[in-house]
Amino acid sequence: MRLVIVAGTPSSGKTSVMVHTARHLLRNGLVVAACKIDCLQTSDDERYARLGIPVAVGLSDYICPDHFYVANLEEVEQWAKEQRADVLVLETAGLCHRCAPAVHDCLNICVIDNLIGVDTPKKVGPMLSSADIVVITKGDIVSQAEREVFRYKVAIENPEARILEVNGLTGQGALTLKNAILDCKPLDGISGKELRSPMPAAVCSYCAGETTIGKSHQMGMVKKVDFGRLD
Amino acid sequence: MLERISILAGLDKDGSPEKVVRLDIEAGQVLAVVGPTGSGKTQLISDIEQYAEEDTLTGRRVLINDQTVYKNRDKRLSHNLMAQVSQNMNFVIDMNIEDFLLMHAQVRGISNPGAIIGEVLTITNQLAGEPVSLQTNLTQLSGGQSRALMVADVALISNAPIVLIDEIENAGIDRLQALNILTGQGKMVLVVSHDPTLILMTEQRVVMKNGGMDRICPTTPQEKNILKDLLRLEKSVAGLRHSLREGNSIGQTEDYVKEGITWQESSYTCL
Repeated sequence: MRLVIVAGTPSSGKTSVMVHTARHLLRNGLVVAACKIDCLQTSDDERYARLGIPVAVGLSDYICPDHFYVANLEEVEQWAKEQRADVLVLETAGLCHRCAPAVHDCLNICVIDNLIGVDTPKKVGPMLSSADIVVITKGDIVSQAEREVFRYKVAIENPEARILEVNGLTGQGALTLKNAILDCKPLDGISGKELRSPMPAAVCSYCAGETTIGKSHQMGMVKKVDFGRLD
Repeated sequence: MLERISILAGLDKDGSPEKVVRLDIEAGQVLAVVGPTGSGKTQLISDIEQYAEEDTLTGRRVLINDQTVYKNRDKRLSHNLMAQVSQNMNFVIDMNIEDFLLMHAQVRGISNPGAIIGEVLTITNQLAGEPVSLQTNLTQLSGGQSRALMVADVALISNAPIVLIDEIENAGIDRLQALNILTGQGKMVLVVSHDPTLILMTEQRVVMKNGGMDRICPTTPQEKNILKDLLRLEKSVAGLRHSLREGNSIGQTEDYVKEGITWQESSYTCL
C-alpha cells in the first residue's frame, strides 16, 4: 500500500486536488481509501465518499489535531489494509503551521494556493519544507507573473520538492500527481517510521482546559513574548 | 531553444483516432483553438502543458523540436513551458507596478531589470487606453490595464516559450498589437477564443470537435477581408464608447449614422 499524506493551508483545495487525483487512480483499477483528520467537524468525507471509495474521519476534538494524527497512524493504516487499499490518502487539517505531518518513506504532499500571497510560503514552515511534492492551486485566477514569483518563493523554502500546479476546479494537472503517486515506493508498514519534523511541546494549563487569563492560572511549558526582539 | 512543438494525434471522446494526425506550432506563430464549449480545447492545452506522452486522457504525444520529451527524467521541464493570460486573471498582490516588476525580473534572474521595466511600461501603455505609471498600484488597475500589463510582462519578463491567450474578448486592449508583440519575441501563441475578430487575427486555427482535433483551417484572404470589417466595426463601437464616456449624446451626428450603415452594408456583402 502507498501512503499519501496530504497537508496544506486552509481552503487551499486539498480535498479537491485529491478527489481529482483519486479519480485517475480509480481509472487505473486501484483501490483507494481516504481518511480525513480534522478538529471539530468536516464534510470533506462526503466528497471522497461520492467517489464510491471507503472513507474514514478522525475528529481530534479537544486534542491538538496533529498530535491526534500521529497517535492514530497505525490504526489508520490498519483500517486501510482491511479495505484492501492500494493507495491510502490521509488528509490532515490545515492548521497552525507549526507542525508537519510528513513521515519518512511516505509520499508527503503539501497543497498551497497562489492567493495566500508571495510572502506566505516562508511562514508555512515545516509543512511546506518537509513535503516531497508541493501542489500549487488557484493559478487560474492570478497573473502569470504572480504564479512565477510564488513558485520561486516556494522553491526557496523547499528546493528538493517537486512543484506541481493543479487546478482544483477542473482537475488540470491531477494526472501528473497521480503518476507521481504511482512512482513512489509502497510502504512496508508505518510502525517505527519517523516524523520528518518533530511536533512541539505544548503542554500547558490551557491544553488541559484552563480558560482564565493570568499568570496564576498558567502551568507547565509557558513561553512569553520577547519585546526586545528586533527584526 | 524551442523551435517547434508538435502534437501527435490521440483519440477523441468516442475512442476514434483524431482526424488531424499532427499539429505543428512554430516559434513566432499564432494558432487559434476553436470549438464549442466541451469540444476539448482545454484538454488540448492541458496536453501541451503537461508534455503528454500517451499518458493523458487523449493518448496524445507532444514532441519538442521533433524529439520526444522524457518529462520524468528532466525536472526542469516541469515548469515554465506555458505562460497564460486570461480574462479571469487578476493581480492579487498589493504593490506598485515598479516593485512588482522588479520582483518578477529578479525571480527570472534578469541582470538589468531597470531597462526592461521601462520597456514593459511602454508596451503596457501602448496596449491599454488609459496610461499607467510605475507608481500605480496593481490593485488600482482596470481590467484592460491589468491585461495589458500581463501581456507586456509575459512578453518581456516571463521566459515561457509558449503563451496561451485564453478568452480575452473584451479586455479593452489592442489585441492585434498584443499578438504582434508576443510573436515578435519569438513566442508561440495559442489563442483560445470564441471571438471571430481574435480568431481571424491568427494565421491558422485548429477546430476541436468531440474531444478531438477535427481540422486545421488556414485563415483565407477572404477571411482577412472580413477581419478588416470586424476591426472597423470594433473601432466604431469603441468610438461610441468613447463618446458616451465623454458625456455626449450619440446618434445625432451624421458621421456616426453614415458609418454605421456603411458597416452594415459591407458586412452583408462579405457574409
